[in-house]
Amino acid sequence: MLAWIYESTFNHTSMRRFISKVPSKKYIAALKVVLFLLCLLPLCRLVWLAINDDLSANPIEFIERSTGFWSLFILLATLSLSPIRLLTGRAWQLQFRRMLGLFVFFYACLHIMSYVWLDYSFNWADIVKDIVKHPYVLVGASAFILTVPLAITSSNFMIKLLRERWKQLHKIVYLIAILGTVHFLWLVKKDIREPLFYMVVLALLLGIRLYYKVRNLKHKIT
Amino acid sequence: MIIQTKSDITPSEITPKEVVDDRRKFLQQAGFGVLAGAAGLLNMPVNAAVTSKISSPIKTQGSLLKLPYFSKTSYGTGEKLTSYEDITNYNNYYEFGTAKDEPAVHAKLFKPVPWTVSIEGQVRKNKTIGIDDILKLAPLEERIYRMRCVEGWSMVIPWVGFPLAQLIKWAEPTANAKYVEFVSLADSQQMPGTNLPILDWPYVEGLRMDEAMNPLTIMAVGLYGECLPNQNGAPMRLVVPWKYGFKGAKAIVKIRFTEKMPVTTWMKAGPSEYGFYANVNPQVDHPRWTQSSEKRIGAGLFAGRIKTQMFNGYTEQVGQMYAGMDLRKYF
Repeated sequence: MLAWIYESTFNHTSMRRFISKVPSKKYIAALKVVLFLLCLLPLCRLVWLAINDDLSANPIEFIERSTGFWSLFILLATLSLSPIRLLTGRAWQLQFRRMLGLFVFFYACLHIMSYVWLDYSFNWADIVKDIVKHPYVLVGASAFILTVPLAITSSNFMIKLLRERWKQLHKIVYLIAILGTVHFLWLVKKDIREPLFYMVVLALLLGIRLYYKVRNLKHKIT
Repeated sequence: MIIQTKSDITPSEITPKEVVDDRRKFLQQAGFGVLAGAAGLLNMPVNAAVTSKISSPIKTQGSLLKLPYFSKTSYGTGEKLTSYEDITNYNNYYEFGTAKDEPAVHAKLFKPVPWTVSIEGQVRKNKTIGIDDILKLAPLEERIYRMRCVEGWSMVIPWVGFPLAQLIKWAEPTANAKYVEFVSLADSQQMPGTNLPILDWPYVEGLRMDEAMNPLTIMAVGLYGECLPNQNGAPMRLVVPWKYGFKGAKAIVKIRFTEKMPVTTWMKAGPSEYGFYANVNPQVDHPRWTQSSEKRIGAGLFAGRIKTQMFNGYTEQVGQMYAGMDLRKYF
């Protein structure tokens, strides 16, 4: 069924020609600026709401939730670029991966800062207790720690330096995404519709990759 | 610390007769928990004048009927009150939605009048009582209580209500009554949240008989000197200040006296997370949230956390009820 949908839409020759058109360098540069500004919007919104004292009755939790949500959201957006390539054959959007990935890290940092500073006022004893005792916090903290090496090795220099190992290292992003959605799921008390939705999205994105991987393997064997 | 002063005279004794009569008239006319004068109107097709009023959630103090007669008490004096806006816009009331800001929006058309509560179980006789008659059972008092939510935040709320013990006396439970079960309304027409199987509706809570009879336990019918807003549990809700907030069943329609410990909604939803007692206890941690400290709503972005007190600071009044109990086991 899925294969049929794929064949009849994305793989259709005219469709294929249309979407595989590579835009000019100028166009891509402009798109990058737009995307950069878009990614800053959630932060601008928080600042705006804070200035207007409109961050709900529990502003600390509001900031924690908001930064955490956008970190996860942009992560899923980043992870959707490769499946778009696999499905459509179009590859130029992969040029946005680094910027989006760094925004994931940026919002994750804000998320951690709001937790460590606003929520726990740098009370490290309580923070350690909270991380060790509560599974969802532990999962979230692990996810954040794993993003650090990826952010550090995001420069062209590091890519050249690490070569094949860079590819290996950056596969951690899948683990980060799984931990991130589990973190969301476990922190929710009872109404798990929203985290479940993002888990399904992640499963789809990873599933598409897996499908192509298995298909390519089969091709190699036969 | 709470300094409890005892008075020999109940306010009802010193209330002049004409005032009592007036109160009766007020209750008859006003109904409950609704915008001034709209109590009757809400039963009719909503007209334009009313629509403009009810289209925005009740956020500001002064939009609900003032409760004319209640006595001030010394409970909670010295605590900084949480703002009316925060108390009425940050609610856990899943019948009206699971997000904190949803109840204020979805409960605006809820009708808390007319209202009857049925009394069942281990009582001399099953009976029902209307909200107007409940309000005549005991004089209303203001009780300023801390409210600690299991999620790690807290408020200071000026409730208006009466001791639950007064209602229990009227209910005449038998000697077999060891527990009290409270059942909330689950009207899928008025409460959109009950259409989702998020909790096992209706919402059920319970107390041990001595907890229910404790002078601290009240049925709240008002807030900030006014009728209780719908999103806070109108027309009548339970307030048990030494327990986590979820014990405070809202919009109560049934009170049942039982021999066996009731199984509450949250016990069913997460037996390892929510116990029957649910006493505020900084030493017993929750699988999700830190219980040793809390965020006080309204304290601002940089206020940090405050230490959570044993029994939410009401040990003096309630500690003896749990003497010898392993509170780690009976959480």
